[in-house]
Amino acid sequence: MHRVKTSYTVRYPKYILFLLVCMTLLAPLASLRAEGGEAKTEETAAPKDEKFNPKPMIMHHIADSHEFDVLDQFAVPLPCFLWSSATGVTTFLYHDGKEVNGYTCEHGGIERKDETFFLDLSITKNVFTMLLAAIIMIIVFTSVAKAYKTNKGKAPKGTQSVIEPLFVFIRDEVAKPGIGPKYEKYMPYIMTIFFFILTLNLLGLMPVFPGGANVTGNISFTCVLAFVAFLAINVSGTKHYWSHIFWMPGVAWPMKIFLAIIEVIGVFTKPVALMIRLFANMIAGHIIVLSLICLIFIFGKAGQSMAGSGLGAAVAVPFTLFISCIEVLVAFIQAFIFAMLTSVFIGMALEDHSEGHHTTD
Amino acid sequence: MNTFLTVMLEAGDNPFSLVTPNPGLSIWALIIFVILIVVLGKFGFKPIASALKEREQNIADSLAQAEKARAEMALLTAKNEELLNQAKEERNKILSEARDAAEKIKADLVEKAHAESVKKMSDAFREIDTQKKAAIVEIKNVVGQMALQIAEKVVRKELQSDAAQKEFVDKLVKETNLN
Repeated sequence: MHRVKTSYTVRYPKYILFLLVCMTLLAPLASLRAEGGEAKTEETAAPKDEKFNPKPMIMHHIADSHEFDVLDQFAVPLPCFLWSSATGVTTFLYHDGKEVNGYTCEHGGIERKDETFFLDLSITKNVFTMLLAAIIMIIVFTSVAKAYKTNKGKAPKGTQSVIEPLFVFIRDEVAKPGIGPKYEKYMPYIMTIFFFILTLNLLGLMPVFPGGANVTGNISFTCVLAFVAFLAINVSGTKHYWSHIFWMPGVAWPMKIFLAIIEVIGVFTKPVALMIRLFANMIAGHIIVLSLICLIFIFGKAGQSMAGSGLGAAVAVPFTLFISCIEVLVAFIQAFIFAMLTSVFIGMALEDHSEGHHTTD
Repeated sequence: MNTFLTVMLEAGDNPFSLVTPNPGLSIWALIIFVILIVVLGKFGFKPIASALKEREQNIADSLAQAEKARAEMALLTAKNEELLNQAKEERNKILSEARDAAEKIKADLVEKAHAESVKKMSDAFREIDTQKKAAIVEIKNVVGQMALQIAEKVVRKELQSDAAQKEFVDKLVKETNLN
């Protein structure tokens, strides 16, 4: 009996944790629905004869927010941690229309009345999703690591057999050929890039509550990944790497200066390209899916024409399904590309003088 | 009217809100990312990588061992075959030697027997010869005596005169055939 019980909690920690998170986050809803519900219905009911404008709707869904929409009627409020030089640290639970310490809450965002700078370290929708992804990853990978101990010498099973092909693929096809013989030192970094981006991409594809946040399509997030990649590439740069940037051997001196300018720009464009590629790809996918969904409301004239809505749905549903399938593919491809390019850049920076085949040309 | 770019750039009041990094979110992303690298590196990727490496090593070792065993097996089979061939050869050699020896012994024996028989025959012939000679001598003696006795009788009876005696003796001698 005891065994069965423990194996249940060991086998389904994800679901248990997920339920716990949902419950804690949904708890304040009961009180908030009463006061917030009315204001919202009033807002949505008002523009009855207006044309449906998809732009704010799309923008709202792809942007970060201080509350997590579950259904149109209610959103999960998230805690805010704010700091400004005037008022110091302020913490509160977000709610649209709230005014605390000179901050106003509107449309999921926070503004300061006097428009001075403030640091917003709130658990936003994106931060919440990142934390969720981090927790999922830690649980999955520690359990898989444990499975390798308990299941030693046997074929992998369960989560282990899902993770193993990905892990081996990234190790053998990305890290080893990209970085070269010193790949083992960078394994945690490359693996974290791949699996973190992948988890966030897939969570972003989930249309309902704990998913749907457009984290990898947020420039702040990709900017951080690119910054870490920039550090990883340039910190591991060898003498050979730097000499090829600032004073290219084997060419005439005017060429050396010319190449140095290009190469120095290249040092920055590599991570910037990483940043923009992931951001643009993921945000584009979200925008396409949302635009297709918007077709239903455009055809249906914002709920006035039932037939139009039906036609919109008939067009939008297969298209959305198709794009969603492609987005699943893109989720993997973009994670792979980010990891691949980071490894290749690190490999280029690590390339040693003795290994370089273009030392004489 | 709203091209993709303007949609991207004109969110809300701030025209660049989508492409402007938010410091708070960036700080959170950095913290979470670094924690993930450290925690997953230590408790996730490292044990997984080492377990996979161990298993791959194990498989490679097993394969190498199997290959070695196979080679050894082949070597052993070859050796066995060689041994068998050697044994066969040896057997054939022994057999042929034995056959040769037997033949030789047989030939020897035949030759010996032949030689013996030849010798015996020649001995017999020699013996016969000697006996014959002895018999002839004896016959000669007996015949001589008989002749003498006859002669004596004849001589005593008929030969009164010396001439007649002599004539008679000569005639007798002449008539006597020794063979």
